[in-house]
Amino acid sequence: MKRELPIAITFICAFILTLQYFIPHRSFEIMYEISNIWIQIIGVFAMILGIISLIMLHWEKIKHKKENWGFSIVTLASLVGMSLVGLIASENSPVFEWLYNFILAPISATMFALLAFFIASAAYRAFRARTVVATILLLAAVIVMLGRVPIGSLISFGIFPKMAEILVNYPNVAAKRAIFMGVGLGAAATALKVMLGIERSYMGSD
Amino acid sequence: MGIFEKIIKLDRRIIFLVIFLSVIFPLIFKVNIPINITPEVRNVYNLIENLPEGSVIVVPCEYAPDTMAELEPMLYAVLRHCWEKNLRVVACGFYVTGVTLIEQEIKYMAKQMNKKYGKDYIFLGYRPYPAAVINSMGEDFRQSFPTDYYGTPLDSLPMMRGVKNFNDTKLVLTINATSGVDYWVLFGHERYGFPLAIGVTAVMAADYYHYLNSGQIVGIIGGLKGAAEYESLVHHKGLATMGMSIQSFVHLVIVLFIIIGNIAYFVIRKRKGINR
Amino acid sequence: MLDGIKNLPIVFLLSIIIIFPIQAIAGEGQTKSKLPNLTIEKVMDTPNDHGRSITIIWKKPSFDSSFAIPTGYKILRADSLRSNFDSVEFVPIGKSKSFDIQNIEDGKTYYYRIGYANTEIISNIAGPVQAKGNWFHTGKTTTFVVTILFCALTLGILIFARRGGELYIRPISGINAIDDAIGRATEMGKPILFVPGLGAASDVATIAAFTILEHIAKITAEYKTRIIVPCYAPETMIVAQEVVRASYLDAGRPDLYNDKEIFFITQEQFPYTAAVNGIMLRDRPAANFFLGKFYAESLMLAETGFEAGAIQIAGTDEAIQIPFFVAACDYTLMGEELYAASAYLSKDPMKLATLKAEDWGKAGVIIFLIIGVVVASVFGSDFFIRLLDVNVM
Repeated sequence: MKRELPIAITFICAFILTLQYFIPHRSFEIMYEISNIWIQIIGVFAMILGIISLIMLHWEKIKHKKENWGFSIVTLASLVGMSLVGLIASENSPVFEWLYNFILAPISATMFALLAFFIASAAYRAFRARTVVATILLLAAVIVMLGRVPIGSLISFGIFPKMAEILVNYPNVAAKRAIFMGVGLGAAATALKVMLGIERSYMGSD
Repeated sequence: MGIFEKIIKLDRRIIFLVIFLSVIFPLIFKVNIPINITPEVRNVYNLIENLPEGSVIVVPCEYAPDTMAELEPMLYAVLRHCWEKNLRVVACGFYVTGVTLIEQEIKYMAKQMNKKYGKDYIFLGYRPYPAAVINSMGEDFRQSFPTDYYGTPLDSLPMMRGVKNFNDTKLVLTINATSGVDYWVLFGHERYGFPLAIGVTAVMAADYYHYLNSGQIVGIIGGLKGAAEYESLVHHKGLATMGMSIQSFVHLVIVLFIIIGNIAYFVIRKRKGINR
Repeated sequence: MLDGIKNLPIVFLLSIIIIFPIQAIAGEGQTKSKLPNLTIEKVMDTPNDHGRSITIIWKKPSFDSSFAIPTGYKILRADSLRSNFDSVEFVPIGKSKSFDIQNIEDGKTYYYRIGYANTEIISNIAGPVQAKGNWFHTGKTTTFVVTILFCALTLGILIFARRGGELYIRPISGINAIDDAIGRATEMGKPILFVPGLGAASDVATIAAFTILEHIAKITAEYKTRIIVPCYAPETMIVAQEVVRASYLDAGRPDLYNDKEIFFITQEQFPYTAAVNGIMLRDRPAANFFLGKFYAESLMLAETGFEAGAIQIAGTDEAIQIPFFVAACDYTLMGEELYAASAYLSKDPMKLATLKAEDWGKAGVIIFLIIGVVVASVFGSDFFIRLLDVNVM
C-alpha cells in the first residue's frame, strides 16, 4: 500500500493533467488552476524546509567550529539581514536599495563576468585539431567567434559575419532541432514510465 | 619541459591575466571599430521605426544584475528608440531579483528622455509564474496587475486608458536572460498573435534562431553585440558600443590562444612521431 | 427701403436660426455618408475555449482618408430581439476585424450589433448565439493523435518485453564510467559531489538525475564513500534526501546515511554556482556528477571541477549547455542519453521497453520528415505543413 497509493495518485494526476491539455472546458481549466495552486503551496512549504536545512547546516558548522566556519556566519547573517530589511522596510526603501545596489548587484555581475575567463580557458584546452571532426569544430568556433564581433568583419572584409550567420542559422538550428526531438520523445517516454510506475526511484526505496 | 610543453600545459591564471589585460587595453586606448548590422536586429528596429506615434509596446524585462552588463545597454537603446518615436511603454519584470534594477533603469532612461510616468510609460512590477501571468495579461493587464509597481490602479494612469490587453499593443519586446522567452513564444505569441521580438544574452541567442526561422519571433537582439547594433541604429553610442571594442579584442585573443595551443600541439605530436 | 434696412438684423438673425441648423444637418449627413456601413459577417461561440466567450467577425470597413475616422467600434448586445441593444465593449479602430466578448454566461442567448463609437451608424443584427465550453481543442488534434500512437507503441513494446522479448541498448560510455569514478574517489578517500541541476523536482531531467543518484548512492553506501548533494530547489533537496536514504537502506547501511550532506543552498543561479564551486575547491571531491537542468553556470561548475582535478560526468537536456560540458568534463550524457540512464543502469526490461518506444518514435518522426520534405519540395504541396500546424494553446 505504501508503494501503490503514491503510484495511483501519480497516475491519476498525470492522466488528468494530460487530458487537460486537450480539453479547454472550464471544469478542466479549474482543475489545472487548482493543481498550479497546489504546486505553489508545496513549493512554499518546501522552501521552509530548505531554509531550515540551510540554517541547521551552517549552525552545526559554527557550533563545532568546523573548517571555514567563518563563512557560515556570513551566510546566516546575510540570510537574516536581507530578510529583515525586506520585511520591516519595503523593497523601495533606501536600505534595501543600498544593499541591492552595492552588495547583491556587484556580486552577481562579477559571478557572471567570470564566465568570460572560464570560456577562454576551456576553449584553449578543448579546441585542438586532433581529428578531422575536431578540426571542423575548431574552425566553426573560430568563424563564429570572430564573425559575431565587429573586428571579424574588419579583418575578413565582411566574410566572417556572413559565414557565422550561415553556421548559426542552418547547421546550428538543424542540430538543435534534432536534439529537441530526441529530448521531446525522451521526456514523453520518461513521463510514461513515471505515470505507469515503472520509474519509481524518485519516491525512495523499491 | 620544453617551451611547447609549457604552452600546452599553460596555467589558466596566465590566460585569465591576458584576458583581463585585453579588457583593459581597449578601455584605455579607446579603439573604435565599425559595427555591422545583422538582419535580426534590423528587423526589430524597423518594426519599432514604422509604428505610429502613440502606439503601445510591452517591454517585459527578465534579468538580474548578473546579466545587466549585456542587457542594460539593450534596454536603454530600445527605450531611447521608443521614446524618440513617442511610443508608450508598458514595462514589467518576472525575475524577482531583477525588479529593483529594472525599475531604476527605466526611471533613469525616462529622466534622460524627459518622459513622464503614467503618460509615456508605466512599470507594472513583478509577478511570479510568468506563464500564468502572460495568459492573464492576454485577457486583461488588470487581472495580474490591478495596480502598478507603486500601487497606483492602472485605470487611474492616463496611458492605460483604452489599453486592455495585448490587442491594444503593437509589439512585445522581451529583454530576457531566462527560459521565460519560451513562455512568451508559446503562451504569448502563439495564443494572442502579437508580434514578438526578443533581446537575450549572447550565450542564449543561438538557442532562439529556430523561432526566428519559423517566424514566431520577428527579431533577436543578441548580447552586447546586438545592443551595440541597436545603438548604431538609433545613432547613440553607449555602453554596448564601447564594449564592442573590448569584446572584439577578447575574442581575438581567445582565437590567438587557440592557434598557439594548436601549433604547440602539432609540434609535440610531430616530435613524438604520432601519425594518424 | 428704410424699413428693409431696419429689418436687416431680424433677417440676419432668422437666417442664422434657420440656415445654420440646415447646414449642420446637411453636414452631418455628409459625414455619415462618408463612413462605410458596418456588416457583421459571423457571430459564434469562440472555438476551442473554456466557454463564456463569443467571437464577432465583421467586414473590415475601408475609410476615406480625407474625412475624420472614428476612434473605435462599440459592440452592442441584447438578450432578445425585443430588448434594447446596450453597448458592452469598445474596440479601438484599426484593430482586427474580430473581437472576443469575454465573461458572459454560458448557454444564454445573445444578439449582437456593432457600431462606430460616437455615431448612430450600426450594423445588422447578428444572432442568436450562445457561449459554451469545448470538450476538445481541435487545434491540437495532431498532437492528440501522435500522443495516442506513441502511448500505444510504448504499451505494445512493454507487452513484448514482459513476454521475454530481447531488447538491445547501445553502450553509453558516460554511464559506464560512473562506477569507475566512484571507485576512484573511494581509493583516494575523497568525497563525491552530485549536483542535480537548477531544474524543479518535477522536471524530466531532474527525475532522470534522481535515477542515477539512486545508483550512485547505493555504491557509495557499499564503499562507505561520502556523497555531497547541494540542491538549488528545496523540493529537489527533499526528494534527493529520500532517494539517498532509500539507497543506503537498500544497500544495508542506513547507519551511514547523513541527511546534512544533502542540503539546500539558494534558488539564485550564481550564488548557487559560487557555493558549489566553493565546495569543489574546499572539499576537493574526486568525482563530480552534474546531472539535470543546467544553464549559464554549466561551464563555471565544470571548469572549477576540472581545476580541482576531479573526474567529471555531466548530463543535461539543455542543448546549449552540452558543448560547455563536452569541453570541460570527461563524459557527457547528451539529451535523451540522460533519460536512458535508469534503463541502462537497471537493465529492467520494462524500462528498456520505453527506450525502444522512444527509438521507434524517433524513426517515425524521421520518416515523416523525409516524406514531408519530398512532398513539399518536389510536389509543392503544403499538406504536411498544414497537418503539423499545431495550435499549442
